[in-house]
Amino acid sequence: MHEILKKTVWSDQVPRITEFVLDAPEIARAHQAGQFVIIINGETGERIPLTIAAKDAEKGTISILFQEVGASTMMLGQMNEGDKLMHVAGPLGKPTHVEKFGTVVCIGGGVGIAPVHPIAQAMKAAGNRVISILGARNKDLLIYEDYMRAASHEVRITTDDGSYHKKGFVTDELKGMIEVEKIPIDLVVVIGPPIMMKFVCKVTEPHKIQTFASLNTIMVDGTGMCGACRVTVGGQTKFVCVDGPEFDGHQVDYDEMMARQRQYLPEEKLAVDICKKKMCHSA
Amino acid sequence: MSDEIKDEKPKKPKVPRQPMPEQDAHKRARNFEEVTTGYTEEQALLEASRCIQCKKPLCTTGCPVGIDIKSFIGLISEKNYLGALGKIKESSLLPAVCGRVCPQEMQCENVCIVGKKNEPVAIGRLERFVADYQGKHGGGDLPKCAPSTGKKVAVVGAGPSGLTAAFDLTVLGHKVTVFEALHKAGGVLVYGIPEFRLPKAIVEREVKVLEAMGVEIKLNYVIGKIKTIDQLMQEDGYDAVYVCNGAGLPWFMGVPGENLNGVFSANEFLTRSNLMKAFDFPNYETPIKKFKNVAVVGGGNVAMDAVRTALRLGAENAYIVYRRSKDELPARAEEIEHAGHEGVKFQLLTAPVRVIGNDEGWVSGMECLQMELGEPDDSGRRRPVAKKGSEFVMELDAVIVSIGTSSNPLLFQTTPGLGQTKKGYIEVESEESCRTTKKGVFAGGDIVTGAATVILAMGAGRNAAKNIDKYLKDGEWWSKENA
Repeated sequence: MHEILKKTVWSDQVPRITEFVLDAPEIARAHQAGQFVIIINGETGERIPLTIAAKDAEKGTISILFQEVGASTMMLGQMNEGDKLMHVAGPLGKPTHVEKFGTVVCIGGGVGIAPVHPIAQAMKAAGNRVISILGARNKDLLIYEDYMRAASHEVRITTDDGSYHKKGFVTDELKGMIEVEKIPIDLVVVIGPPIMMKFVCKVTEPHKIQTFASLNTIMVDGTGMCGACRVTVGGQTKFVCVDGPEFDGHQVDYDEMMARQRQYLPEEKLAVDICKKKMCHSA
Repeated sequence: MSDEIKDEKPKKPKVPRQPMPEQDAHKRARNFEEVTTGYTEEQALLEASRCIQCKKPLCTTGCPVGIDIKSFIGLISEKNYLGALGKIKESSLLPAVCGRVCPQEMQCENVCIVGKKNEPVAIGRLERFVADYQGKHGGGDLPKCAPSTGKKVAVVGAGPSGLTAAFDLTVLGHKVTVFEALHKAGGVLVYGIPEFRLPKAIVEREVKVLEAMGVEIKLNYVIGKIKTIDQLMQEDGYDAVYVCNGAGLPWFMGVPGENLNGVFSANEFLTRSNLMKAFDFPNYETPIKKFKNVAVVGGGNVAMDAVRTALRLGAENAYIVYRRSKDELPARAEEIEHAGHEGVKFQLLTAPVRVIGNDEGWVSGMECLQMELGEPDDSGRRRPVAKKGSEFVMELDAVIVSIGTSSNPLLFQTTPGLGQTKKGYIEVESEESCRTTKKGVFAGGDIVTGAATVILAMGAGRNAAKNIDKYLKDGEWWSKENA
């Protein structure tokens, strides 16, 4: 059992974005940037993979962020400080390959900003110049800005509707940095919706800029047992849980990945409808 | 052997082998309740009376853990059911499980002397009877444990091998902690074997016995990630480690179209249904797809479990696609028979060539080749050879791949000094000693042998416990050079 020590609601818009700081000393000690946990909320819960957004090894805590897009995450969002999560397994997945590359651009889109945070921290600690680009649909949905400023030398922000900083997408900003500002970039790390990662890779590929993409596919066990998370990378089938979650972004078959992400949409919708009814009853 | 038959005079000849009561095939093909319901006391007594109590019984030699079968059946005849269970438990921790899932027809019952002229004694069904008797009526004491030795042993993996080793080591007085990656203990017994073949309550009951004996089970612990084996030994003070994390990494066929939506590993399909109880979605949160036309590729027990699960989820056509003939199907005879009765269709001598998808990226069919059996191969089975021009397409909306599993690379990545075989399993001095190339670290079960059976994994757990106990006393190790 892992107690929720702190709950932060980052955005109250639907779907809500919530952060839990969990008591998990052993996971906090073992965690390296880029790794994730699987959590289960209650006896009937499903296994939900969530990337660790921050940790405090001394206090023995880890942070996880989630958007309430499905029934399981909606119910998770009902939990409060002092409540306990039944199961947390991790850290899972291979850590990010961190070394001194030179200039590293860390791109986070939407709730993907949270998992990019420990990577930016680690890249900065390894002596890289870290420029972060954060993208959100609007100002209210932008999370972790202060944390990312602390973890980066420079932060640039885009919003789809222009409600905060530059109007546009992270790809526009990246393109400007490469083609207009002529900033030499040694590595790009991107985490966000698959479509965003696909287009970031389309921007960096012609300039031969190495790009790591961290994939968030459907998983069941998260330890290499089931293959639900498989993706095609460079023509080969890989398991995101044990071979990843980070891959050479230019080699990933995003279209296949996006199709596979849609497998359970009808079931997810059914579960959300039932969940909403239940919540109305209890409210 | 013929002498022995002459020596023995059957006490009550001509009592037929008692059939196993089971749910009606049509009814059970649509529910997840246990298929077989178990012997009544009358049946168990009749079946026990068929045992001729041989002077030199062969049945025990056919049992991978050497259960004293003759004695436990004798105790059943005396209506001393708890005594019979105690006799089995001298050799096997999990009779309620093994009575249900062991391939008895290839082991104890295969060599049963009664079986030379008649049908063999139904040893597995009797084993299950006494275990269930205790489950229903209670009774039986916790096994006595030796005084504490002060030694600590870590067991990596709470499957049949790990649970057996934990039991034996605890009885010997060692303090055991079992580290399990998933959120439930039992390994393949909880994620792989379906409820209709092995009710999960039985596994839970056995795990509770271990906990009552003082075994600590730490769930959600992926050794190699949260902690390395070196950390367990150097920082946490474990004197020995038994690695029995199984062979869980699923193989895929390597044919085009395998990443289409609607293609699953049997592991995924079964884990969703069994461990996560997705068959009861949305009461349980993990979803599972209900398909109309499902093909399971493979012919082992896992394939039978997957195809029968698909049927229970509502499939109209559920096929086993296997490249050899019925005689070569590796699954237990009972599973094949049950599957057939339930309406599973056997598409034999058939090999998939590619999975075909529709515009939305979902499976719409599978192109296959017809095979014929040629000369025997290395395994002694006749090799399937493709018939030229025999391509045909099966119309499907799901393909479940059940062609085997291999070892998970995770532990090797973080355990320096742990030798690996060419096939990717853990290198040991011998399956008997379970000693790896790393001092103090033992290994057994599927991670050493490759995917095998529950009872063989339990046998390895027993061997490991014996050798760990010896090592904790004398500290002796082996070296590859001297071996």
